[in-house]
Amino acid sequence: MNAPALQVPTLQTPVLQVDGLHKAFGGVQAVEDVSFAISAGELLAMIGPNGAGKSTCFNMLNGQLAPDSGLMRLEGRDVVGLSPRAIWRLGVGRTFQITATFASLSVRENVQMALYSHAGKLRGLLARFGTALKEEADALLAQVGMLDQAERPCGVLAYGDLKRVELAMALANSPRLLLMDEPTAGMAPKERVALMDLAARLARAQKIAVLFTEHDMDVVFGKADRIIVLDRGRLIAGGRPEEVRNNADVRAVYLGGVH
Amino acid sequence: MLTRNRLLASVSALLALSFVAPAMAQEPIKLGEINSYKVFAAFLDPYKKGMELAVEETNAAGGVLGRKIEVVSRDDNGNPADAVRAAEELLSREKVAFLIGTFPSNVGLAVADFAKQKKTLFIAGEPLTDKIVWDQGNAYTFRLRPSTYMQTAMLIPDAAKLHKKRWAIVYPNYEYGQSATAAFKKLLKEKQPDVEFVAEQATPLGKIDAGAVVQALADAKPDAIFSSLFGPDLAKFVRAGSERGVFKNMTVFDLLGGEPEYLDPLKDEAPAGWYVTGYPWQDLKTAEHTKFFNAYKAKFHDYPRLGSIVGYSTVMSAVAAIKKAGSLDQEKLVAAMANLSVATPFGPVTFRAVDHQSTMGAFVGRIGVQDGKGVMTDWRFVDGKDALPSDADVRKMRPAN
Amino acid sequence: MTLPSLLIQLLNGLTDASSLFLVSAGLSLIFGVTRIVNFAHGSLYMLGLYMAYSLIQLLGRTPLSFWAGVILAAIAVGVVGVVIEMLVLRRIYRAPELFQLLATFAIVLIVKDTTLYIWGSEDLVGPRAPGLTMAFDILGKRLPAYDLLLIVVGPVVLGLVWLLLTHTRWGALVRAATQDREMVGALGVDQAKLFTSVFFVGAALAGLGGALQIPREPANLDLDLSVIADAFVVTVVGGLGSLPGALLAAILIGVAKSLCIGIGTTSILGFEIDFSRLVLVVEFVIMGVVLVLRPYGLLGKPPAVVRAAGSAPPPLTPPRWPTALAWIALLVIAPMISDDYIAALLIDIACFALFAVSLHFIMGPAGMISFGHAAYFGLGAYAGAVLLKRAGLPMEVSFLLAPFIAAAFAVLYGWFCVRLSGVYLAMLTLAFAQITWSIVFQWDSLTSGSNGMVGIWPAAWLSTKSAYYYMTMVCCGLGIAFLWRVLFSPFGFTLRAGRDSPLRAEAIGIDVRGFQWMAFVLAGAMAGLAGVTLAFSKGSISPSAASISQSTDGLVMVLLGGVETLTGPVVGAGLFTWLRDGLARETDYWRAVFGLIILLIVVLFPQGLVGGLKVLLGRWRESRA
Repeated sequence: MNAPALQVPTLQTPVLQVDGLHKAFGGVQAVEDVSFAISAGELLAMIGPNGAGKSTCFNMLNGQLAPDSGLMRLEGRDVVGLSPRAIWRLGVGRTFQITATFASLSVRENVQMALYSHAGKLRGLLARFGTALKEEADALLAQVGMLDQAERPCGVLAYGDLKRVELAMALANSPRLLLMDEPTAGMAPKERVALMDLAARLARAQKIAVLFTEHDMDVVFGKADRIIVLDRGRLIAGGRPEEVRNNADVRAVYLGGVH
Repeated sequence: MLTRNRLLASVSALLALSFVAPAMAQEPIKLGEINSYKVFAAFLDPYKKGMELAVEETNAAGGVLGRKIEVVSRDDNGNPADAVRAAEELLSREKVAFLIGTFPSNVGLAVADFAKQKKTLFIAGEPLTDKIVWDQGNAYTFRLRPSTYMQTAMLIPDAAKLHKKRWAIVYPNYEYGQSATAAFKKLLKEKQPDVEFVAEQATPLGKIDAGAVVQALADAKPDAIFSSLFGPDLAKFVRAGSERGVFKNMTVFDLLGGEPEYLDPLKDEAPAGWYVTGYPWQDLKTAEHTKFFNAYKAKFHDYPRLGSIVGYSTVMSAVAAIKKAGSLDQEKLVAAMANLSVATPFGPVTFRAVDHQSTMGAFVGRIGVQDGKGVMTDWRFVDGKDALPSDADVRKMRPAN
Repeated sequence: MTLPSLLIQLLNGLTDASSLFLVSAGLSLIFGVTRIVNFAHGSLYMLGLYMAYSLIQLLGRTPLSFWAGVILAAIAVGVVGVVIEMLVLRRIYRAPELFQLLATFAIVLIVKDTTLYIWGSEDLVGPRAPGLTMAFDILGKRLPAYDLLLIVVGPVVLGLVWLLLTHTRWGALVRAATQDREMVGALGVDQAKLFTSVFFVGAALAGLGGALQIPREPANLDLDLSVIADAFVVTVVGGLGSLPGALLAAILIGVAKSLCIGIGTTSILGFEIDFSRLVLVVEFVIMGVVLVLRPYGLLGKPPAVVRAAGSAPPPLTPPRWPTALAWIALLVIAPMISDDYIAALLIDIACFALFAVSLHFIMGPAGMISFGHAAYFGLGAYAGAVLLKRAGLPMEVSFLLAPFIAAAFAVLYGWFCVRLSGVYLAMLTLAFAQITWSIVFQWDSLTSGSNGMVGIWPAAWLSTKSAYYYMTMVCCGLGIAFLWRVLFSPFGFTLRAGRDSPLRAEAIGIDVRGFQWMAFVLAGAMAGLAGVTLAFSKGSISPSAASISQSTDGLVMVLLGGVETLTGPVVGAGLFTWLRDGLARETDYWRAVFGLIILLIVVLFPQGLVGGLKVLLGRWRESRA
């Protein structure tokens, strides 16, 4: 089976270009020959059943895992083998499937942390943290609708709110690419749509490429510009939502069970 | 809860006590005593009893300078820093006349240096380190007990007489064991130049790996063994060696093995024939000792250990110093200590002016087993003054101050 | 060494390994299930020996009564374990990590004094095992039958415990809990019963380990602390929760020690090396090497998935100026209205407060537990002493350079330590501390060895008590203020961020290890400052400044005050130092009283003293509102 050709709809260099990505754990091929690309302002959804290799893909893209082989180019630059820190510095933001925030810090401090890091201001020993970059943090929080909870410690927030804080943090370094691993898990349906609307708006306005995984098919088919489908580590389909919806392979291995 | 309330009460009592300085009145003369009571309990329990007896006898005889005496004791936890803080407290809060006591070498040296800094008399009862009167000796510090060097020197005549050529050595790996080993090697070599030291084992204090150590010593095929082990290490060494048959037909010297503190726990397994220094309390019938022995036995319903002798004699030395000085002025006290003669259960001892070491002696003999107990046999008393280097040598070692 | 000697030494090593394994097995079980760092495990071992001594004396000297005595002693110690678990530990399972260590520290103190009270201070040499007093001839050397028996006992006990773990429902629960403690709660298992039973088995194993030593080791009061370090080393080298790993580690360490003794003094490349002097540190060297090469021990696995922290530590609040100023004013006038002793005590407290704050700096906000923080305290103190006495530098210069030397060692040690986490990290810090201690303890020409160095007095202008007092307050005060200030700086927030979520921190470009390393160095420098300040106030310094007990004191101070608060370590240091000093004066059994007071605080204030007071204050405010 040939990997489906994935034409980039525009002519400019894609923000992210992935070619022939491989990753095996022991004898198990978790990701096998995966190739795709995303351009600026585009929302690309990666779907597939549990264990299809989505999280492995994400972890390779942000540097937590090194691929066994394959190419990953961020705006033309090879990023294989770079650490999460280095990849973040090149303009990649990420939210996690299980939220990861700093529980003992307030919501605002969480976002300020990311902003300080971006500004290279973390090493100050005597300055007071939190006095600088406050407006910037509040602006980001306003964007995700969390400004009213800015003073609360992250440790006490509801899950959906944590997801939004994560998004604000991921946006702090004005990313070129945003990786969102199940961004709406744990949210009420109404919130999900609102959050993905927000992501889409940001992507268009700031020319951010967004790659996300999602279990809620309404969100996927409603919001994604394009969709790629993984099954047992392989890419089995890709294209516009309506193409994917009608793809026989997809229906067989994935949607078949749902519809 | 009763215990909780009582605890809270005692805590608040403590709080109140420690911030209110005790009122001064016409009081007994206080001696500030510091020791590692909890860390070296086996030696220091009898030591404390010896002190109590000395205080009781002194006060019954009318005290000194017309005042009664009192010993104020502090536990230093075996830690020099705690000892110095306790010394500070004794001097500034308890207003003690001067300092006595201490057990391990590092604590003794730290308090000695503190005494020098504070220009206060310090009579170190027990620390064995040679340095406290020699290399690091100072004007204010005097030491009662025969030092590591002296006790080792007392064993040398017997060791040299046997003409054993190959010696193996085992010692606890810290100051006391290291100095004992160095002194033994140096002194024996002088007497018997052809001696060879074929194996040396430094064992962590309290954690000897007895089986392996005994085996390693035996492998070197020595004619004799010199050990400075004591306490649990000694007990383990004795048992491991007898089980392995290593001590059969082997001459063994153990520096402190005859002290009741370390000999008694061995009971019928006490290694007969070993050469040791110690305290044969059962057989010592001198007038001074009998008097002490009976008084001790009557008061505590127990026989004295070597620690009792040291505790008793330390307090008696302090009393004698005050009596001779006729005052509590530090310089007068220090001057009185030089050539001060003190009656102890082991007979009269003198604190030498040259190095502030007392001439207290020790008993040298061999271990025997009687009625299922270890005892000393063939013992003789060696006067401390006969086990010390020449005054010229001592002066060379002592810093000028 | 000849071949027969080598063989005998290997067998000696295996005997010791078996004994080591027995103590460690119980510790490993208890830690695996309850995550409690049971500091009192050595005390249970000690109790095993004492109880076996008394029981055998009671039962008579026949083989049957000997073995009955050993088994009964093990069971009795198991019961003591149950009592400890039910009366104390059960109340504090929800307390912050490591807080239980404080309770077990108190238990060590109480058990020690109770043992002294019951059995007295004299060492008790137990009987030899009836029927096993002979020795076998092996290649012309004699090996006691009992030692050979012990070699077998270790693996047999491992087999029995393994059967228990794999073939019973209880064992299945224990294994499940070891892998994932929260799962077991979710399965509807009575967690309290499970923990109690695990404590029984773990304590009984420790008691058995002790009781079996009765023919080889006199019962004495130092056994508790001398055994506990060994047991932790074996457990960690083997890999936490892995019993076969513990056996392997015990063999490695037991044999290494025997070989060091067997080799004795040898010349290598023209240098005379006395290997027997390495015995006191060889296990820590092994632990250091193993942890650097295998961060989870020989057979350990990386800990199971760490969930998003359920209960995050509360945010830190900076001290208020009015309160701080009041304290400063009090400290300024204290020596004027009191005697030299109060000044001396306050100097000690200030030094320990800085020491505790520096430990808290890495433990709390940076999330790195250290069991070896005394290394930097001792290094600072010794650096000052060596520069003054050996290099002949002026006191002021020696004093100022000392923290930098401590920091230099922290740079070296920290580089390895920040690569690990949790208990493994803590034990690696301990390994470095013990290696440092053993060098200080044995390098006579530089450090005066076990005697320590004396004559380390301050310069003339600081020689009065009050002058040195003010100098101490300034140095320690500035040190504490500096570390507190840093905690509220971008650097300090980055540390907290790295502790809360290393994953997120890396994902926003934070080099977590780099920050932790830097924190390690800062804490090391400040501990060094505390050490050198104390050394010059005492005029002397000894290796105990870098010892395990100094490290433990630091931990206890931090936990006593409350690890999740800012001022907790200072309060803890003050209370600890003052209580210990005062109690020792009031009663002979001060350790037991001290232990009881700590237990009381532990049970009443599971967040530490300051944490607990804050909760109380909060409730009071609420009730008024």
